[in-house]
Amino acid sequence: MKVLVAFKRVIDPDARIKLTADGSAVNTESVEYKANPFCENALEAALQIAEEHDAEVVIVTIGGDDTDQTIRAGLAMGAARAIRVEVEDQDLDSDLAARILAAVYKEEGDVDLFILGKQAVDGDNNQVGQLLAEYLGLPQACFASAITIDEDASEAVVTREVDGGLETIAITLPGVITADLRLNTPRYAKLPDIMKARRKTIAVMDLDDLGVDDTALKIEVVRLEEPPKRQAGALVESVDELVAKLKNEARVL
Amino acid sequence: MSNILVIAEHHAGALKKGTLAAITLAKQIAAKVGGGFDLGVVGGGVAGVAAELQGYGAGSVFVVDGPAFADYLAQPYTKAVVALADKAGASYVISTAGTTGKDLLPRVAAALGAGMVADCVGLAEGDEVLFQRPMYAGNVMATVRSKTAKTVVSVRTSDFDVAAATGGQSPIVSVAADGGEVAARFVSFDATESERPELTEADVIVTGGRGLKDGPTFWNMMNPLADALGAAIGATRAVVDSWEEVPNDMQIGQTGKVVAPKLYIAVAVSGAIQHLAGMKNSKTIVAINKDADAPIFQVADYGLVADAFKTLPELTEKLKAARG
Repeated sequence: MKVLVAFKRVIDPDARIKLTADGSAVNTESVEYKANPFCENALEAALQIAEEHDAEVVIVTIGGDDTDQTIRAGLAMGAARAIRVEVEDQDLDSDLAARILAAVYKEEGDVDLFILGKQAVDGDNNQVGQLLAEYLGLPQACFASAITIDEDASEAVVTREVDGGLETIAITLPGVITADLRLNTPRYAKLPDIMKARRKTIAVMDLDDLGVDDTALKIEVVRLEEPPKRQAGALVESVDELVAKLKNEARVL
Repeated sequence: MSNILVIAEHHAGALKKGTLAAITLAKQIAAKVGGGFDLGVVGGGVAGVAAELQGYGAGSVFVVDGPAFADYLAQPYTKAVVALADKAGASYVISTAGTTGKDLLPRVAAALGAGMVADCVGLAEGDEVLFQRPMYAGNVMATVRSKTAKTVVSVRTSDFDVAAATGGQSPIVSVAADGGEVAARFVSFDATESERPELTEADVIVTGGRGLKDGPTFWNMMNPLADALGAAIGATRAVVDSWEEVPNDMQIGQTGKVVAPKLYIAVAVSGAIQHLAGMKNSKTIVAINKDADAPIFQVADYGLVADAFKTLPELTEKLKAARG
């Protein structure tokens, strides 16, 4: 089996986001980057599948060589190798990211499964896996909280976190799965694995290599703003005061 | 000819209220570009849903109805929505940003060659159709332009008023669609049993955080409070991650549900950024936490620094009394 995993870095989700003065972009001066949490779930899922089914796990990242640190972290978790698609401008829309990943899938060949995080916590778009599946004509199982692959790796049974409960579907492989947070707990890399990861291959390709010649974005960001801050209200001293204010001031009871 | 198509969200034969919020966005777009809007329904045995939608002022209610569409699966539904969009001559295809919309709409966008705007919360002022959507857990508001002839939009329904019925009888038009070869099959649905209102449709939500000790205590504390208010119960990510008694679909936050009820009561919730992203548009926010420095107090209209275990029984009784 061969499993591809999309692996993206994001600005530390716990850090305060600042915009540039002209509001055209997020200020990336002295920010720290981490792997997108959902991408770590995706990679962990792939590694667990590999342990059961003798699969090769390949990380796919889009970005410049400044993303190599994130890629090495993924290799230290246990991926066999990585592909980095070199793009200069990293402000891609979801559509172009999906078309690039689709091109990698075709270039790589013999892929059984493409696992992604359900969303990246920077753009919060929650689209790339679905777009990728449609571009490749593959079935999808998004927002996965459990994955079982059958013995001959022909089908994945996936439990999906959906409104109102848990849905289970089966998809014929090859297919696309996107990971939700409760799918697993990503492993920590051990020191020997971190050392070993330094010798693993990161193959660099560019858009020409992949035959992606249409780099037009479908969605263009016009401007970014900080949303208006909600004003903090007042502290109340007692339950009685709270109930009185809800009834007489807010009028919500 | 109207060129905006709103795809209805429905479950078990009932229309989801969020569809009416999506209609509101359609009307806002129509006010800028002219024309009206159509409605679309996909499913197996959805005549009732279609009939319910006739009174909202749509040009037509287009329906794909058949056994191949009885259970939701992304591939056949994509084909059906594309058929509806072709029939309606739609430049905009809009639906709700629930889990079905999030699963389906990007595929529809790829199939139509359309740009996809996720989680739209409003339009920017001016003549041009520019969409506003949150990024970075709601810490950044982006204004975006779709550069394609067709655009697909998922709507964050809590940010729009629901469209009122306008009377009239939009004609129902049956549309043929072929689900095609499907490499997926539905296996089962394990519904979260609840007598309470749905989180995304509730007027009052009470949410418990990890300060409530464990799963059984969570329910013992939150159930009476929710009963007193007729409220839906939500939970933080830490709670659904840690306590198996609390199901995942109760999670409110950036990666869970986004809600904006009239009254939101957060109990023993610290107020992590990702949680605030899911509830800070609520009209009135109450926070009860024993830590006076908890970030939740920065968005609360009314804060009570108190131990939840001591306060909740008293609050529950006094709310009951106040509501008569």
